[in-house]
Amino acid sequence: MNRLAVFFGSDFLYRFRRDPVAVGAFSVVAFFMLAALFAPLLSSMNPHDPAQLDIMNSEIPPAWQDGGEEAFPLGTDAQGRDMLSAILYGLRISITIGIFAVMVQMALGIVIGLVSGYLGGKVDAFFMRLADIQLAMSTLMLAIVALAVFQAAFGAELFADMAIVMLVLVIGIAEWPQYARTIRASVLAERKKEYVDAARVIGLSAPVIMARHILPNTLSPLLVISTVQVANAIISEAALSFLGLGMPVTMPSLGSLISAGFEYIFSGAWWITTIPAIVLIVLILSINLLGDWLRDVLNPRLYKG
Amino acid sequence: MSGEAAAMAIPPHPASDPARPLVEVRGVVKHFDLGGHFLQRERPTVKAINDVSLTVRRGEAFCLVGESGCGKSTLARIVMGLLTPTAGEIHFDGTRIDGLRHKARMPFHRRMQMIFQNPYASLNPRRTVQQTLEEPLRFHSPALSDAEVKAKVEQVMVSVGNDPSWGNRYPHEFSGGQRQRISIARALMVDPDFVVADEPISALDVSIQAQVLNVMMDTREKLDLTYLFITHDLSVVRHFGTRVGVMYLGTVCELADTATLFENPRHPYTRILLSAIPRVSTEEMQPPGLPGEVPSAMNLPSGCVFHDRCPLANARCSAEVPKPLPQADGTLVACHAVEEGRETPGG
Amino acid sequence: MALLDVHDLVVEFPTRHGTLTALNGISFAVDKGERLGIVGESGAGKSVAAFAVLNLLTRPGRIAGGSIVFEGRDLTTLSRAQMRGVRGNRISMIFQDPMMTLNPVLTIGTQMVETLKAHRDISDAEAKRIAIQRLGEVKIPSPDKRMASYPHELSGGMRQRVVIAIALLTEPSLIVADEPTTALDVTIQAEIMSLMLALCKSHGVGLILITHDLAVVSQVTQRVVVLYAGRVVESGRTDRVVHNPVHPYTRGLLAALPGEGEPGARLNQIRGNMPSLNAIPSGCPFNPRCDHVLDDCRAALPPLDDLDGHLVRCIRARELMTGRAA
Repeated sequence: MNRLAVFFGSDFLYRFRRDPVAVGAFSVVAFFMLAALFAPLLSSMNPHDPAQLDIMNSEIPPAWQDGGEEAFPLGTDAQGRDMLSAILYGLRISITIGIFAVMVQMALGIVIGLVSGYLGGKVDAFFMRLADIQLAMSTLMLAIVALAVFQAAFGAELFADMAIVMLVLVIGIAEWPQYARTIRASVLAERKKEYVDAARVIGLSAPVIMARHILPNTLSPLLVISTVQVANAIISEAALSFLGLGMPVTMPSLGSLISAGFEYIFSGAWWITTIPAIVLIVLILSINLLGDWLRDVLNPRLYKG
Repeated sequence: MSGEAAAMAIPPHPASDPARPLVEVRGVVKHFDLGGHFLQRERPTVKAINDVSLTVRRGEAFCLVGESGCGKSTLARIVMGLLTPTAGEIHFDGTRIDGLRHKARMPFHRRMQMIFQNPYASLNPRRTVQQTLEEPLRFHSPALSDAEVKAKVEQVMVSVGNDPSWGNRYPHEFSGGQRQRISIARALMVDPDFVVADEPISALDVSIQAQVLNVMMDTREKLDLTYLFITHDLSVVRHFGTRVGVMYLGTVCELADTATLFENPRHPYTRILLSAIPRVSTEEMQPPGLPGEVPSAMNLPSGCVFHDRCPLANARCSAEVPKPLPQADGTLVACHAVEEGRETPGG
Repeated sequence: MALLDVHDLVVEFPTRHGTLTALNGISFAVDKGERLGIVGESGAGKSVAAFAVLNLLTRPGRIAGGSIVFEGRDLTTLSRAQMRGVRGNRISMIFQDPMMTLNPVLTIGTQMVETLKAHRDISDAEAKRIAIQRLGEVKIPSPDKRMASYPHELSGGMRQRVVIAIALLTEPSLIVADEPTTALDVTIQAEIMSLMLALCKSHGVGLILITHDLAVVSQVTQRVVVLYAGRVVESGRTDRVVHNPVHPYTRGLLAALPGEGEPGARLNQIRGNMPSLNAIPSGCPFNPRCDHVLDDCRAALPPLDDLDGHLVRCIRARELMTGRAA
């Protein structure tokens, strides 16, 4: 049978359609994702290209306010950057960092979680204590230290070039315990089931059993935690950028836009910081609502009754 | 033709002495350490199996019967290598197999297969029936072509009464009985000599139990299989088994030919177990006369583990562990009362 | 007049794939002090019947028709408050899982005293005295000490005894037991079923025993109802039904029991599977699995034929009973 047909006939889709919150949250997330993907087509200018900036256009308010201009629907910032373009490009950077950071977390977490849960014993104890230690320090604290050391050691210029990679790595490595714990918990539950014994009776090796039999059955909790973790990674990135340890002002993410506009808020140019902030809040809220809904639907206890 | 091709592709088992018992369990002990605290001097231990020995002969349907907690499933898992015994040995066709390393064990993985209790947990929900059935064969016979594998799957599916067109469907689309027949098919894919069946029908409806039991009896005859059948249901034993071991609290208390056991049960626990089987009859149900409850396996009674519930127990029973002693008809009974001939209460 | 008279009961579960009819016109009655067995395999609707009588159907399940007259009142017309006065008081229930009745964080004594005081105006001391007496009746050793135990301190068999003691607390006139011993070992099952049998007799309580196990039913009940796919296919005095079954399904069930036939012989199996509720065959619901099927069986649902107090839903009932059918 066609897998797509199975999906469209499933309870999952049926319950999705009947839940307005889920549909709304999904639409908002999808809208932002598409906007980020097609940012170059939707923007009137490339905000990363200093040649396209005109300082004469600085601090123009949004189009619906007095003094606003049609060419800059959401106004401009202090450098004369079109806010709409800057937000679209910033969204692109924020979401990219969020997704890649989660992929790093996932890769680390799946390997560690599977090994810990399946082998148990001392291996398990070692990784779980490591996770405890890491969770005792906040993500931001670790990230600030790591990024500040890097900036001091290699200079701000190299840091600006490497910012995306660094943020992905730092946020990714700082949050692996969440994944490892989730995966380990589901591995412990799955490992007791008889299909795993059946695979052992065949004589399959432990890595094959983990990858082929156990991992596919832990994907539902993985999906739930991934949505929430993407939101967390985007927030972490925004916070680091706001503190000046993230994306440089020349290549702003949502966080750096908020940060850059912050000093103008009292001089009347509220839109520079407020509009990206609203975009960030709506995006995070929608992802979290979607994650909550997924958890409710995929939770086998609630699902199967 | 396709069936033959598939059969040809699998090399026959190396010649083995037909007189030699297929499976031997020698003095197996299994204790489970219950976590406990690392500062605790004595960690709590569940004494699941305490010195069990038995042999399964070629072609037998050997049944292990007992109530929950008697260690029958643990023993099955030890025989299959899913658990390591604390002490004792498992021999298969003359080779000691407990503690074998992964590679060295590989031929035995092919010759020993298992059917599980819960048809809803023993098939991987994310894999199609075809994937599930192909896996053991492709693993053990990687040289087979796709066509040969497909032919073998079809042949085995038909032999257990399944529709071979089920291949592309997922386990959740099938009923309990159908899934259990798929499980049996998976076990038979690699042409094993020996199949352990751990309560394979206890999760099924009565009319479906009969279907699955019939499939198991047919395959035993057709494929020359030896079964180790774990069950709590003595009426299934009577129907299916050739020999039977009765277990109580980690020990075998009686080991006999099935017909002998039902005609002439010796051990007091066996007698009580037999009397408690519900039968279709208009006689009103009577209490089986088994006082108290099964003691905890963490704190075994001294002497005979059954002595504090036994109607025949005396001082010797609470002091000395009874040895399984052969009777005139070959039955092994581990009971001081039987040995001393005091087989009526108070006698 | 019967203690409980269930007439033409219909229970439906609306789903997005359409309405499923779990029970389709079930009728049965229990007299005062009588023990009735309801037998069926999974999916037959036997547990739904129990839950419907107790008005405990989980939503969206609902009673779509029929009446349940208990001690002169139709339970389907009672309000929730009125129903609470009946359930747990006049009708008690025993489930397969004792933890559906027992609260894990309260002692057994507290639960028993609370249950009693909810239904009767008595002092704590009096309630405690009755509770200890009931624990003694279900053969729990040192009942006064057990009052202070929590459910997790007891074995499965002991918990089920406590549940029976609780069921008897309010001196009900009917106990509904849904697979009460299915999860237990055979020796404990025999202990508990014989205990229930003795208590029902000594207290004059009616019993509805819901189970898949015909052997247990034969040794405990006086009358039996066999359900298949939401319908009664056979009912009558237990000895008649188990010794001279007429409906091919009942016959198949009895023949499939491994204890009955010749050891080693093939068991008589019923071919095929229980139909799911959304695909119940037209005509006689058993026709695709039946060895005696005729064209007429597929055309219309056979009526329940009354063969001298033995009801059978089969158009060939008379032939089968006299052994003339092939």
